[in-house]
Amino acid sequence: MPQYERPLSPHILIYRHSFTTVLSGFHRITGVALVVGTLLLIALLLALAAGPDPYAKVQAFCASWIGLFMLFGWTWSLCYHLCNGIRHLGWDIGWGFEIPRMKQTGWIVLAVSGLMTVLIWACVIARGGVA
Amino acid sequence: MSAVDLKTPLKRARGLGAGNDGAHHFIVQRVTSVALIPLGLWLIWFGLSLAHASYEQARALVAQPFTAVMLIALVVMAFWHAQLGMQVVFEDYVTPRWREVTMQLLMKAFCFLAAVACILAIVRIALGTH
Repeated sequence: MPQYERPLSPHILIYRHSFTTVLSGFHRITGVALVVGTLLLIALLLALAAGPDPYAKVQAFCASWIGLFMLFGWTWSLCYHLCNGIRHLGWDIGWGFEIPRMKQTGWIVLAVSGLMTVLIWACVIARGGVA
Repeated sequence: MSAVDLKTPLKRARGLGAGNDGAHHFIVQRVTSVALIPLGLWLIWFGLSLAHASYEQARALVAQPFTAVMLIALVVMAFWHAQLGMQVVFEDYVTPRWREVTMQLLMKAFCFLAAVACILAIVRIALGTH
């Protein structure tokens, strides 16, 4: 059977991006980011089991600029994926498919995930930063 | 394949195996996502508790039976959900097929090994073995 150069799904380069498309893209991107972020969780748990010295290294990494960037990105990714995941579960039971409702819940997801991220980091900073 | 195929789609599909678990991926993705709502919210609380804890405090927290159970549940659900999600991402974007299959296998191996390693670490802490 001959092989043809067939377009990939979902056809990113052809669709006109709308608010809901971008939110849908965020869901995937934050999902992949969360998988990358599990590396921190794995490192933390394994170091905690291994002893004080490895744990101190993980803590030092978390307090570094790369560590803080990863933690901050991970926090928003978790909040967004959680909120938008609940939006998806609504669609799965047939709720919220109308375009105005979809846009409204999209804004709610953005606002709530942003607010959660700010509140979480306000808690961290109020108690004296990471580690 | 012959140029003209007069078989009906049903005739072609028959004998290729049962079709009654086609929605399995979809359903498990949803079931794990529902479990991850309370577990994800708990993870935020757990992370905040760890942010200012010393090594001893962090170990004592993880060693509490409730924390250990929640952490193990979180690890199982999160890596299961992650593996299902990444499968779809690879299916959509990775070509050719051999590269996609390789990445699928590597991702599933990573998620499985990471979950086992995390559970072992949690159990070691909970049982107090250094």
